[in-house]
Parts: sequence; C-alpha cells; structure tokens
Amino acid sequence: MTTPQRLVYLDHAATSPMRPEAVSAMLPFLGEQFGNPSGSHAMARAARTAVEDAREVMARELGCDASEVVFTGGGTEADNLAIDGAGAGRRVCSAVEHHAVLRPVKGAGGATVAVDSDGVVDLGALASALRADDALVSVMLANNETGVVQPLRDIAAIVGEYAPSAVLHTDAVAGFSWLDVGECAADADLVSISAHKFGGPKGVGALVVRDGVQLAAMLRGGGQERERRSGTHNVAGIVAMAAAAAATGRDRDAAVSRVGALRDRLAAAIVSTTTDVVVTAAGAAHTAGTLHLLVGGVESESLLIVLDDLGVCASAGSACASGALEQSHVLAAMGVDRELANGALRLSLGWSTTDADIDAATVALPKAIEMLRGRS
Amino acid sequence: MRVLAAMSGGVDSSVTAALLLDAGHEVVGATMKLWGGPSDQGCCSVADVDDARRVCQQLDIAHHVFNFSEEFDAAVVVPYVEAHTHGLTPNPCIECNRHLKFDRFLKRGEQLGFDAIATGHHARITHDDGTWNLRRGYDSAKDQSYVLHMLGQRSLAKTVLPVGTMNKSAVRAIADARGLRTAAKPDSQDTCFLPSIGGRSTFLGDRIPLRPGRVVDTEGNPVGVVDAIELVTVGQRRGLGVGASANHGEARYAVAVDTQAGVVTVGTIDDLSTEAQAITAVTWTHQPARAGTQVRVQASAHGASEPAVWTGDAVQWHERHRRIAPGQSVVLYSADDDRVLGGGIAP
Repeated sequence: MTTPQRLVYLDHAATSPMRPEAVSAMLPFLGEQFGNPSGSHAMARAARTAVEDAREVMARELGCDASEVVFTGGGTEADNLAIDGAGAGRRVCSAVEHHAVLRPVKGAGGATVAVDSDGVVDLGALASALRADDALVSVMLANNETGVVQPLRDIAAIVGEYAPSAVLHTDAVAGFSWLDVGECAADADLVSISAHKFGGPKGVGALVVRDGVQLAAMLRGGGQERERRSGTHNVAGIVAMAAAAAATGRDRDAAVSRVGALRDRLAAAIVSTTTDVVVTAAGAAHTAGTLHLLVGGVESESLLIVLDDLGVCASAGSACASGALEQSHVLAAMGVDRELANGALRLSLGWSTTDADIDAATVALPKAIEMLRGRS
Repeated sequence: MRVLAAMSGGVDSSVTAALLLDAGHEVVGATMKLWGGPSDQGCCSVADVDDARRVCQQLDIAHHVFNFSEEFDAAVVVPYVEAHTHGLTPNPCIECNRHLKFDRFLKRGEQLGFDAIATGHHARITHDDGTWNLRRGYDSAKDQSYVLHMLGQRSLAKTVLPVGTMNKSAVRAIADARGLRTAAKPDSQDTCFLPSIGGRSTFLGDRIPLRPGRVVDTEGNPVGVVDAIELVTVGQRRGLGVGASANHGEARYAVAVDTQAGVVTVGTIDDLSTEAQAITAVTWTHQPARAGTQVRVQASAHGASEPAVWTGDAVQWHERHRRIAPGQSVVLYSADDDRVLGGGIAP
C-alpha cells in the first residue's frame, strides 16, 4: 500500500481535534497561570476567576445556572457520578446507553428498557418498566454509535408520571456538538458532557446538577465543586472546555447544516455506488455528524484496516479492554441481525470536516468495500 | 513481502516480527482475541494484548486486534467440552491452529492483501524441489512441529516461522538486545482458556455434569470409584482409587473409559500395550504416505517419537507401545524424524 498523502479523519464521535480557541485559551494555564483555585493569594485568585468565568460560559451553553455546573474529569466520570450519586432506589436506563451509564446501572442491579428497531426508546416499554419508587432514569440525548436522537421531552413526561420521585439523567456527550442541550435536555435533572467530543481537551467534562437535586459525591477530599467533586481543578482543561463550548454554540446552527449536508452527501454517494450497504436507522432523527452503515459481506475489523491503509480514520463501535471490537450492544438492542452487525461502520464528521474529506471518503469507501468483497 | 505477524504477547512472536523487519519485509502485527470468557492466563488476556501492542510500538509497526472469540468458542471450546462427555482426551491447541491461526487468521491476512502470515512457532518450513515441507524446530527442546502437523501445501506456502531456525536462548537474547518488554516473559504452558486454579475440572464442571464412575478390572470385578469419569484419560495411572498394592504390587492403568455406562476399566501395562495404533481424520502436509512407509510417530506435544510402519489407516509399532488416549493427536514424521508427513487423531 502507498502511504497516503493526508489523513481523512471521520472519527469525531471518538474524539474531535481541539479547536484553536480551546488551545489558545488553555495555554496560559499550562504556563504562568499555574495557580490552584482553592487558595487565597493572587495566583490562586486568578485561577479561581478563570474557573468561575468558565463555569458561566458552560452554564450559558448548557442552559442552566452557573451554580448547577459541576466540573468533572470527563464524560465517564460525569455519567458515573450521576448514576452512583443519585439517592437510594432502583436505576433504570435504556438498553442503548454508553457503557459509562450501562455498567453502573447494571452494577447497582438496575433495569434496562427496550428500544425499537431504530434504537429509539420504546415509550410504552418505559412506562411499564418504571416503578413509583425508582430513584433514577437515564436516557442519552443522542447515541454515540448511531447518532440516533431520543425524544427526551416525551421520556421526561413518562418519568414524571410513572416514577415521579426519580431524577432524569441524560448523557449528552454525543449530542452536544449538534443539539442545543439547554433546550433539548431542559427536562433532565442531570446532564453529562465531555469536552473532547466538541473540540476541547481530553480529561475534562461536566455534569449539570439542577438546583435541588441531591447528589452524593464519589470523589471525596478537599470539597471542591461544592463538595460534589473533590480534587484540584483542572484549570487549563476547564478553561479550554469553556472556549470550545462557546465556539460550538456560536457555530452550531451553521455546523449542523454544513456538516449535515456533507454527511448526507457521503451517505448518498456510498449507497448509490456500492451494493448491499444500508444506513442504520435511516428513518430516525439523528445528529448531523454521524453516519452509521451496515455493510453486507464485509467484516468491520477488515474494513477499518483497509480504510486505515487508504488514509481514512473510522470506527465500528465500542472496543473491549483488549482493544478488540465487541458485538455492539446498541445494534443487538435494535434487533440487527448478528451477521449484518459484523459489518457495522461508523463515519463521524465534526467541526473540522471539509468537503475534501468527503470527496476522498466517497472514493475510498466503495474502493475498500469492493476490495474486501473481491478477496473473500 | 507484506507479512501479517500473529502476536500473542510472548517473546517468540515478538522476535518473529523483529526478524521479519530486519529482513526487509513490511510487517503488521495482529493479536487474536480468542477466549471471551474469564481467564487468568494464556494467550488472550488483556495484559498479553497490551504486551503485543507495546512490542509493535517499539518496533514501529501497526498493531491490530482481531476478535475471533466466537469462532474460537465454536471450533475449539465447544468441541473440547463435548469430547470429554465421550471420554476423549482432545488437544485444543491443535484445533486452534487448525481452525483459527492457520485458517481464520490466514484468510484474514489474505483478505487484507498480505503475502504471508508469520507466527512464533518453533518449527521450520522449507521449500524443496517444488514441495513445501514442515520440519522440526532447530531447538529440539522447544520443537512445536507436532501442533502444526495439519498444515497443508497451501498453508505452508503462505506461512513463515522465523524463530524455528533458532535456539530459544537466542530468541530471548534478540528480544533483550532490542529492549522488548517480552524478553524475559515466561513461556505459556497451559491451555489458554483453563483457569490456573481449578484447571480442567473446574472448567468442565461449570459446563457439563461430571459424574462418578465405577472402576472395574479387566474381568469386570469392581475395584473402586472415580469422582468424575469425564476427567479420566486412557493410560492414566493416578487418581483411579486403585492402589498398586491391591494388585500384588503391579501398577494399574485406565485401559478403557465408557462414559455412557459410567465404567472405567483398569488393567496392567500389558493390557494397555498394543502392536498397532489406528489413526483417523488424517491430514497430510503433501502427498499421503504409501502403506509400508517407515515413519516416526509422536503422540504428545513434547514426547519422543517412536518408530513404526504406516499401514494406510494405522501405524504398526516396531515394539509394542502403550495405546494412545482416544482424542489425542498422532503425528507421523519421516524416518529420519525431521519432516512432518501428516497426522490424525487416535480413535
């Protein structure tokens, strides 16, 4: 294989490149602005000011009050904190949640709720699964594998009716780039986000905890974040996340239409040039950036390697601890045939995706698929 | 050549990749995730994948993980468990080589456009007068030709075994000189999916009922009981509940295992010995041997070979020989004990 001239990065759902705004915002805090915000001297106060400025930016972008923003060490921590920190009682989540929700819910003996063939929560199943004394219900805003968006308003109404004492958590990690979380998740009591999915750095995220929602801390120590998340603030990360969030919010409408058009063009090009390829959950509402495909007669593992050789970075779903691809629990919950699920491919676009990327992908993808089919 | 190196996370496959690079080949490493269940050892733990990945990073080559756990379960684990219900003694490593490493992995390599695959087995492949031959490894103490006997011409032509021409100490020296983290890693010893605590009995006991069996002598007289007849192997001497003293000081061995009837028959070493050994499901590295061919026969991974004559569906021992446990692989070598002719399974 020849060495590709340039990489076509279509794995924004795994992580996005950092936005220049985020990089420049964090640099001073990796240098001269090194203070610990918990102190009282000038250096500490400057850091504290930066953290609180960032908190206000995040509050604006998340449609909440600044006092409701809890900074965490990423999306997984935010999800774990929401699930484990909620009051005593059963936890319920959808069957297509990210493992950062699914595992703590199952670990606490909780229940999962079925989804339909598009991966959308079955509202009837949710209503019948809920019990009046349930403590927490967690349904993601958008799915990290398929991009399918959940009807959070309807879900909140059902939770309010059938599990009135439960708090509603939404994992908005895969949704924030494309959806106005303040509006879409207005009915959620707890909202998780992760900076590196929208152009911020890795290792920082936030959990919105609505005023009045009780939450037990997981990390205990110095009592930072109003006793809800101890540990010295990741000042540079928090500041950069806020800068990335502000840029995301500023550009969101334009990005949704620009990137959404690129995604649709990519989908149309592949489906029209290559046989036996279907767009997953084509009829359901989805985020602008994610194109999930089921490619017949091809194994994801092989397809990703050939695409990699052709300079296209893509993904198939989640990997286990060893790095091996796992059978997707999302596709299984949607009732996708196992054989077909073996050919899953996720192409995820983001803020930095260009027309040229899509031009290259529309050539590389059919080529890779035909190559593999010809050799099997 | 473009070579796909199977990297288990051990020192042999680490050095395999390094040697191929040194020889100027384009190399990509891949680790097969085979066993999906819990295990604390063997070639597919997360720690071993991490080691393989790190070695590839050190060698500056790409590394992939192939999830073949479903195929491994279907082709190796399920038949392994099933065989025990019939009183057989299977060799899962051989079935893994047959179905996973030199079939699934080889095909994956071909599909990805590789010219060959490589593994860290201690055996040699030579190309002599148009024929691919599988030969014993240079380090006789580490020779693994027995577990590769199922390779045919097509597989042999597409496989390279770079450490087969070296002593194990030399392999470790190369790994050490290159600073590979696997240099001092102990050799894997046991079946990868069996737990180190409890082993075979725990593994099987979780999957099939282990039933007690009656132990009788060759006249049918009851002489004892065993806890789990599924764990008894023909040729086994210990753990049969019959001491040598009960038989005038002569050791007794399991000479037949009938799991259906729940009966283990014990007898003397003479009862166990035989003039000929049938072999079924024989595969050949090249042409089938002609009846009457003088061969050497090996019936365990690290056992010595014994001389015999191939009869067409059995081997006639030069000297009476202990029966080989049903289910075990029997491998035929050339009379000079170097070249693998083929092999099959003791019925």
